[in-house]
Amino acid sequence: MNQGKGFWESLPLFPERASTLASEVDTLYFFTVAVAIFFSLLVAALVLYFAVRYRRRHPNEVGQPEKTITWLEITWSVIPFLILMVMFVWGAKVFFIAFRPPSNAVEYYVVGKQWMWKFQHPQGKREINDLHVPVGQPIKLTMTSEDVIHSFFVPAFRIKADVLPGRYTTAWFEATKAGAYHIFCAEYCGTEHSRMGGTIHVMEPRDYEAWLEQDAPTDERLLSGEELFAKYVCNTCHYPDSSARAPILYGIFGEQAELADGSRVLVDENYLRESILNPTAKIVAGYQALMPTYQGQVGEEELIQLIAYIKGLEPAGGGEQTASGGSTAQETAP
Amino acid sequence: MSERQGPRRQHYLNATWGLKSWLLTKDHKRIAILYLLGITVFFFIGGLFAVLIRLELATPAGDMVQPDTYNRLFTMHGVMMIFFFLIPSIPAVLGNFLIPLMIGAKDLAFPKLNLASWYIYMLGGSFALWAMFNGGVDTGWTFYTPFSTTFSNSYVIATALGIFILGFSSILTGLNFVVTIHRMRAPGLTWFRLPLFVWAQYATSLIQILGTPVLAVTILLVAAERLLHIGIFDPALGGDPVLFQHLFWFYSHPAVYIMVLPSMGVISELITAFARKRIFGYQFVAFASIAIAVLGFLVWGHHMFVSSQSVYAGVVFSFLSMFVAVPSAVKVFNWTATLYQGSISWDTPMLYALGFIGLFTIGGLTGVMLSTLGIDIHVHDTYFVVAHFHYIMVGGAIMGYLGGLHFWWPKITGRLYPVFWSKLSALMIFVGFNLTFFPQFLLGYMGMPRRYHAYPEEFQVLNVMSSAGATILGVGYLIPMIYFVWSMRYGERASSNPWGAVGLEWETTSPPPSHNFLEPPTVDHEAYDYVRRAQEQRVA
Ligand code: HEC
Ligand SMILES: [Cu+2]
Ligand SMILES: [Cu+2]
Repeated sequence: MNQGKGFWESLPLFPERASTLASEVDTLYFFTVAVAIFFSLLVAALVLYFAVRYRRRHPNEVGQPEKTITWLEITWSVIPFLILMVMFVWGAKVFFIAFRPPSNAVEYYVVGKQWMWKFQHPQGKREINDLHVPVGQPIKLTMTSEDVIHSFFVPAFRIKADVLPGRYTTAWFEATKAGAYHIFCAEYCGTEHSRMGGTIHVMEPRDYEAWLEQDAPTDERLLSGEELFAKYVCNTCHYPDSSARAPILYGIFGEQAELADGSRVLVDENYLRESILNPTAKIVAGYQALMPTYQGQVGEEELIQLIAYIKGLEPAGGGEQTASGGSTAQETAP
Repeated sequence: MSERQGPRRQHYLNATWGLKSWLLTKDHKRIAILYLLGITVFFFIGGLFAVLIRLELATPAGDMVQPDTYNRLFTMHGVMMIFFFLIPSIPAVLGNFLIPLMIGAKDLAFPKLNLASWYIYMLGGSFALWAMFNGGVDTGWTFYTPFSTTFSNSYVIATALGIFILGFSSILTGLNFVVTIHRMRAPGLTWFRLPLFVWAQYATSLIQILGTPVLAVTILLVAAERLLHIGIFDPALGGDPVLFQHLFWFYSHPAVYIMVLPSMGVISELITAFARKRIFGYQFVAFASIAIAVLGFLVWGHHMFVSSQSVYAGVVFSFLSMFVAVPSAVKVFNWTATLYQGSISWDTPMLYALGFIGLFTIGGLTGVMLSTLGIDIHVHDTYFVVAHFHYIMVGGAIMGYLGGLHFWWPKITGRLYPVFWSKLSALMIFVGFNLTFFPQFLLGYMGMPRRYHAYPEEFQVLNVMSSAGATILGVGYLIPMIYFVWSMRYGERASSNPWGAVGLEWETTSPPPSHNFLEPPTVDHEAYDYVRRAQEQRVA
């Protein structure tokens, strides 16, 4: 057990606080709990006091006549409303923190399926139901599901995000304390829903490095993104240096792609996913719909590898990326 | 008071005899009793599932039933309680019985339609029961896709069809009430002289009419995908799973108000009757019902903050959800203020009403916490949510329903029930309820997800408390069952107005005659005018 716990952590009523977000959520929680206790006690005290103080003393007694006191009605509408607005603004602030990963976050991938969690480290190492991460490093999770909706939930980090089939969702955290914490699936997903859990092992960076070095012998190796790019003959059309047959994929991630219908779209994970599985949905300006669909051929994990590979393709010339869109790769190609 | 008391007096219960006279009745009071029988059956079936759930959760290991069985238990518990008990409970039983009496009418506007609604309800119920006896359904009462459309191997279609059919009963009842309240009020009974129960029922009926069709469409889409593999919700077929959630909650959030608004209406009646005082801020309470009904349609997205819905949509829905809290708070404050300088009796129905105020306040405040985005990330889909909605739906809706049943039981049956047992069970329900559900808030914040068949050991203490509370709660619910049945034969005969309450329903005999009033009433005063009544009595 942990030594030197703070007051709140020593209460058995709160989960461990092991991420930067945890204290933000808890502070907000304590504030709302205080508001809730105040109003509950106020109402309970008044109800009990009136019920005793004005109890009926004769069977034929009736209450005093009533008149509407408008200022009172307004007061007890406006005051709660103002408090609610404080809660709203504060809550939204924490929410934005929770859903906006910092720019230095390292990307991990998560695939949920009935009933397990599969993880992939940026270095390519893979795990099932256990996830090892270093302390003090913001980590962004890009997640998808192979079947139904799941939800990735780590109480100690106060994070939760649904994991959907057919698209990527994200969550992020920065662990603050070494230890082992529960992972739960929070969205009901069938028979073994309650066993679709796992453990996050938060380690000191040095231990994490050491852990990464170890082999994971049982885990059969998945082809890397580069290997898959060749296996699925993507490279027969997408050349690194010529846009003759297909757009150059170097440096497109995070930029705007220009489409045949004149619109522009941000190249993110969901766009890349759609480009591979359903290429005709959005055609890049200047090209024909030549690319075959890979729906049903590429599994979720391979897809993640491919996308990670494309994301990692630095724009030609390296360094700074230009902001002029999907056609950038063509223009800057040597 | 000149009353034709005595066993031979004709009233709606003894006007005609035989099964046929009940099954073909067009009397709103008898139809209310038919509903009462139906929903009581569903309440106890749903309750039985709850007992099994709490037994399983007494230990961390999933050792009592198989996981698939457990998933069916909580699904059927939710389906039975929400669709077949809570949604019809107050409207179909108390609303049916009371609206014509309260507005001085002979019956509802469409008596045959009213009977038809009951048959539709029973038909829907039969489908659900058929599915249950054949092995049940395991999707959760929320039927999330693509699990429900592509992955579940249980009786999804049969259950969904049951709910689809039931929906029509709900729509038709709502329609019947709206027309009745518009067209059949006694001379002099203006809108602002109506009892607040009628206002609440009116607001509820609007939701039933406007919301339920969306549920029906959603169910049809689920069936289309499940049976015909048309891609609507399953991404593997080209659909969008989140679309289902939008459609589902567009109905199911307002449905919460279908359950709790009528209950609020009942509480307004109880508080005034047992404080013998006009309600504080009548118009504010009346319009709060309408405001809740309208705003209730704008907040469905608060069930989807972590569903991948856009962050900005989350912000808007959080903001709007805060608004709904205001009219609810206004009601609580007005009820409390009504007690001030009242003449308060501690009769059984009042115990339920006071209990309601406490539990509903906690339910509402935790609801506000859930609409606070930063908190919802952590507690969404945990026991915190389970606790919250049980405070609203059991602590709120069922307390109101039972309070109302105890209040109007003498009117419905012409009999009184035993005071001691009724107060004891009210107390047991209050204590048992809190012991069952309060620990679940703590469990939720600790991180225990809902719909878990097995859980880590650190959650056991709170789960055992919850299961222990559920035992008390269960016994608390059984006692009224027994004495209500007992009272029908052995209970003391009730006078026409045993509580000394005002309201047209108390001016006719208990039980009322088939056509409700011997002479059609007229109204020339406000609702809840106890001062006037006391003056009249002094003169007489
Ligand atoms: C037959 C040639 C061909 C093959 C093979 C091919 N592509 Fe493409 N790809 C295209 C063409 C042509 C386009 C542009 C038209 C469009 O958007 O569909 C394109 C577009 C794309 C885009 C969108 C690029 C942008 O700038 O927005 C991505 C990403 C992509 N392909 C990835 C892949 C991957 C990954 C593979 C292998 C799994 C692959 N492609 C295989 C021809 C091909
Ligand atoms: Cu899951
Ligand atoms: Cu809601």
